[in-house]
Amino acid sequence: MGQQTDKRDGTGQVDVRTRRWGVSLVWIVPILAILIGASLVVRNWMQQGPVITISFHSGEGLVAHKTQVKYRSVVIGEVTTVDLAEDKKSVVANVQLSNDARSFATQGARFWVVRPRIGVGGVSGVDTLLSGSFIGADSGESKVPEKSFVGLELPPPITYDEKGKRFVLTASDLGSLDVGSSIYYRKIPVGEVVSFALQDDGKGVEIGVFVQAPYDSFVTADTRFWNASGVDMQIGANGLKVDTESLSSILVGGLAFGSPDFAPQAEPAADQARFQLFADRDLALAPPHGQAQYLQLRFDQAMRGLSVGAPVEFKGVEFGRVTSIQLDYDAARQTFPVVVDAVIYPQRLGPVHRKMLAVFKHTEGDMDGARELIGTFVEHGLRAQARSGNLITGQMFISLDFYPDAPKVAFDMAANPIIIPTLPGSLEQLQEQLQRVVERIAKLPLESIAGNLDGSLRELRASLKQFNGQTLPDVKVALDEVHKTLRTANSAISEDSPQRERMGETLDELERMSRSLRDLADYLGRHPESLIRGRPKAAGPADLEP
Amino acid sequence: MTTPANADDLGLCLCHGCGQACDMSGGAHTCNRCGAAIHRRKSNAISRGWAFLLAALVFYIPANLLPVMHTEMLGSGSDSTIGGGVLEFWEAGAWDIALIIFIASVGVPAIKFFSLGLLLYTAQRGSTWACRQRSQLYRFVELIGYWSMLDVMVVALVAALVQLRGLGTIEPRVGILFFGMVVVLTMFSAMSFDPRLIWDSHANEGGRIDGATD
Repeated sequence: MGQQTDKRDGTGQVDVRTRRWGVSLVWIVPILAILIGASLVVRNWMQQGPVITISFHSGEGLVAHKTQVKYRSVVIGEVTTVDLAEDKKSVVANVQLSNDARSFATQGARFWVVRPRIGVGGVSGVDTLLSGSFIGADSGESKVPEKSFVGLELPPPITYDEKGKRFVLTASDLGSLDVGSSIYYRKIPVGEVVSFALQDDGKGVEIGVFVQAPYDSFVTADTRFWNASGVDMQIGANGLKVDTESLSSILVGGLAFGSPDFAPQAEPAADQARFQLFADRDLALAPPHGQAQYLQLRFDQAMRGLSVGAPVEFKGVEFGRVTSIQLDYDAARQTFPVVVDAVIYPQRLGPVHRKMLAVFKHTEGDMDGARELIGTFVEHGLRAQARSGNLITGQMFISLDFYPDAPKVAFDMAANPIIIPTLPGSLEQLQEQLQRVVERIAKLPLESIAGNLDGSLRELRASLKQFNGQTLPDVKVALDEVHKTLRTANSAISEDSPQRERMGETLDELERMSRSLRDLADYLGRHPESLIRGRPKAAGPADLEP
Repeated sequence: MTTPANADDLGLCLCHGCGQACDMSGGAHTCNRCGAAIHRRKSNAISRGWAFLLAALVFYIPANLLPVMHTEMLGSGSDSTIGGGVLEFWEAGAWDIALIIFIASVGVPAIKFFSLGLLLYTAQRGSTWACRQRSQLYRFVELIGYWSMLDVMVVALVAALVQLRGLGTIEPRVGILFFGMVVVLTMFSAMSFDPRLIWDSHANEGGRIDGATD
């Protein structure tokens, strides 16, 4: 600063100095001030980003000059005004974006109001409970500038720059899925459902899903998606089987994906690839269907217990399912047959199908060939039978098998779908046989048999009475006689009876006699001549000794 | 009745440092006793006054436009400007507090600008109008100069005290710096001005301005 003295009668030297510095150095201060002010203005002007308008359904939580626009929790702008739209149907918020957020004023950018939300899948936006709402932003891909936007009512589940892939799943219905439902891969949450929409024809839904990187590389062309919502409970021959993904998926639904073990290692699927959504894991991981073949079966018996979706098995291997069950009227036979439509996937039979094709020299998809093949099978006794799969629940399934003894049936080559002749079910057969037995029993002349039997019995009773009255007393007399005889005989042979004594003597006598006879025989043996000459006199008794 | 001769007429000048009446006729411009520089009037008073006043005026704009304080309460942060604060209090019904803030932050600087501008202008023009009142005005400006830092003090105090981490913090913003600059520059401006200049032209004409009769 000038230190020159203001001297009224000062020296000339001082005066000259004063004139040289005609402008005081102190003026640097306002110049600096202006420079600083100007720099502020310029900086402010440079930082000023574009102004955009966002229309929201409701202005709840939007306050001018308070509500901020944030991207990744960084403030990129501020709401300057909140006004009603001209048609009073929405609220228009003017937002002053900062300069570095210029890319958010492009087409495809999305804005939504972040409010506290509590859902089954979690709680979000808790910080806004205290701090008030803010506007969340997500930039788009496009570079085309855009000034007015329509705010989203719900935050987009996936932000634009998140790494991963989007896929489209087609399903017959949405099930319990919702935007935000998790997607599991080997029970690890790897993504979520981002959108769902009805197909244009209304015959199904398209579910948009997002799988985060790096898990998105596990989605290949072979990947199957299935619904993992809720609890999958199955009671089978192996007992009770409960299958769930996670507690959250039980409550809010979820999807899972995986590749069948037999699938070759394929390239990762492209973004926006389409997949079919299967109802459950088993269905999803089943071998590929291949060409579907439609069958029609006509059963004469009631089909209680057979439901749409019931399995169709060939020799115990499931390879199709029942698609419809309808009652029909057969005018010619005046019966009400049950017409069961079924779809089968011969390819599911695996090697059987391949070998069959090779043997009969058919190619896959050759409908006439397949028809011919089935015709041959029917000739060899292929029959369909409704069998009871579960005796407790009475659930039935359709079993295809060969019954060489089955009566021959003409196979209609032209029929479409192919009609396979049927046999009554095993239970029905049993029932029928029992029925036959019962019928035969019913046919027996039980009345006359009973009448005859009654007559015979009456005769028998009369005979018995006669027997009792007449024969029995005679028998008694006879028996008494016998008794007496026996007693007499008994006394006759008792030890001290004279008869016995005499008999003893007789026996002794007999003994002696036999001895004499023997002596005689011996003598005669030695002296046969004595028969003629007689006994020599000289012969003493010693000669009689043998 | 005549007033005593002016020091100027006698070629005398009081030293600022030691109060020695120095003879200026010899061309000396340092005190012959203590050696301090001697000025008859504050050097360059008018232009310095204008320069500081202008700079203060320039800074007054950002001081009012830029936020002076950033309040963060339970996660919700907001910048407040001086005018915004006044309006907020006024709308909240605390008109007394609003008035205090308005007077301290807007009114006082405005009065100072006006007063200093008036003083400088009249002194530059050598006006003899209402000299005594102008002197009183100058003393008033000097007096309120001490109190103009009220806002700066409040912000400094609050920013130092309210540092409750998650619950709430208050941080100063750049506006308060400009506000402080405004206060400092107006004080400089007031200090640069020499109230004796008011009387110089009067003295030349010879006579009393305040209308008081002898």
